[in-house]
Amino acid sequence: MTTGFWHQAAAVVHRDLLRERRRGDVLWITIPFGAIALLLVPLAVGTDAILLRQIGPGMYWVIVMLFGVLVSVGKASNETLPQQDASALLGLDPASGFVGRATSATLLLLIFEMVVGVVAVGLYDISIIGIPWLIVTLIIVAIGLALLGTLTGSIVNSTSAGTALVPLLVAPLSVPLLLGATQSYEGLRLGHSILSWVLLMVAVVLIVAIIGVLTARPLQEM
Amino acid sequence: MIPDTSSGGGGSPTTGGDPLVKLDGVGVRIGSTQILRDVDLEISAGEVVGLFGANGAGKTTALRLMATLIRPSQGTGTVLGADLTSQERYDVRRRIGMIGHTPGIFPELTLGENLRYAARVAGVPPERADEALVAVGLGGAIDRRAGASSHGMQRRTEFARELMIDRSLLLLDEPHSALDRDAVDLVEGLIARTAEEGGAVVVVSHDRDRINKIASRSVEIQGGTLS
Repeated sequence: MTTGFWHQAAAVVHRDLLRERRRGDVLWITIPFGAIALLLVPLAVGTDAILLRQIGPGMYWVIVMLFGVLVSVGKASNETLPQQDASALLGLDPASGFVGRATSATLLLLIFEMVVGVVAVGLYDISIIGIPWLIVTLIIVAIGLALLGTLTGSIVNSTSAGTALVPLLVAPLSVPLLLGATQSYEGLRLGHSILSWVLLMVAVVLIVAIIGVLTARPLQEM
Repeated sequence: MIPDTSSGGGGSPTTGGDPLVKLDGVGVRIGSTQILRDVDLEISAGEVVGLFGANGAGKTTALRLMATLIRPSQGTGTVLGADLTSQERYDVRRRIGMIGHTPGIFPELTLGENLRYAARVAGVPPERADEALVAVGLGGAIDRRAGASSHGMQRRTEFARELMIDRSLLLLDEPHSALDRDAVDLVEGLIARTAEEGGAVVVVSHDRDRINKIASRSVEIQGGTLS
């Protein structure tokens, strides 16, 4: 990967963040809906503080997974064919484009995780423990979901199957991330090592990143 | 415009008097539909070729094929020396400009941001983006959102992009539509400049009279076949 590769990826990140700033899809639609989803759970299960404290972390990660994939799939599939053609004819390496889109989705997901996290802590009275490892987990999950969503978005863009494919593609690979995230928090709460769960999530991130980079060119031409 | 030596261009695989476009028995099938069949075409440096045909005849697919954006299902072809089925085609893409019916710019970005994005990806100094917009008469609209600009302004922005990045092959689909007299002059200037500097231009149009004035030759496409 040359300097040009990273330079192009940075240009795509800048472009995507500018587009998001103007459209506000994540800031004004996804984040409020994520917060509302967290708010609805206590209405459904009752306001038992002990129960809410127990299910809070799990609910938070489920919301992050569901909305996170929607954010990154949406970001990856919101380019028209003329826009894709124009970028290709600027010499944009498809792998560079993949890395750029995934990076911008990661940054947006980190914002999503933080805002929804504050809501979850407030509503469910979740204890914040092991802050350094918690931050590591949040970052890995954001990268993993962004890569997964970007890869899925690229496949959706390239095939006639369209969005029907999204659940089938996302479910198998997001399960290890969800498991890793929830078990990491549980491990931190109980004072256990969470290294194995972190490594599992890192492995998923690496696998999806490699698949995404290697399939970027073929997917562009399908 | 040939050879391209700027960063990101990937060099020039073309040599001597080789045609810039050479298609030999090329067919394109998309799904179950045969769009192009047995297309033979050579375009040399300095040529301006008019491409005519009815709606659905395969003109846009022919342009996307020459832009290396789709691969032939049958036959062989090279564009700027790169085989249409090989990885080489990625290296020549930066030297191919294409302007289609629908603008390939981002409506959320300003006209200036669109061109600066193009400049960064293409490895062109960013200051050339604003210069190019000034050159196409959009100097006063650099900060205007593309989505809030007229279709004509969006097309001018695309012509600015082609001015900013030296192209060896220019593929234009109905380039005169939605343009005022000044913009038409700009387009025809760009076509002439590209041909004079050793590039080639393919212009798809329904306006035969206008294209015949600027084209060195014309080809007709009917039912996916050139004649």
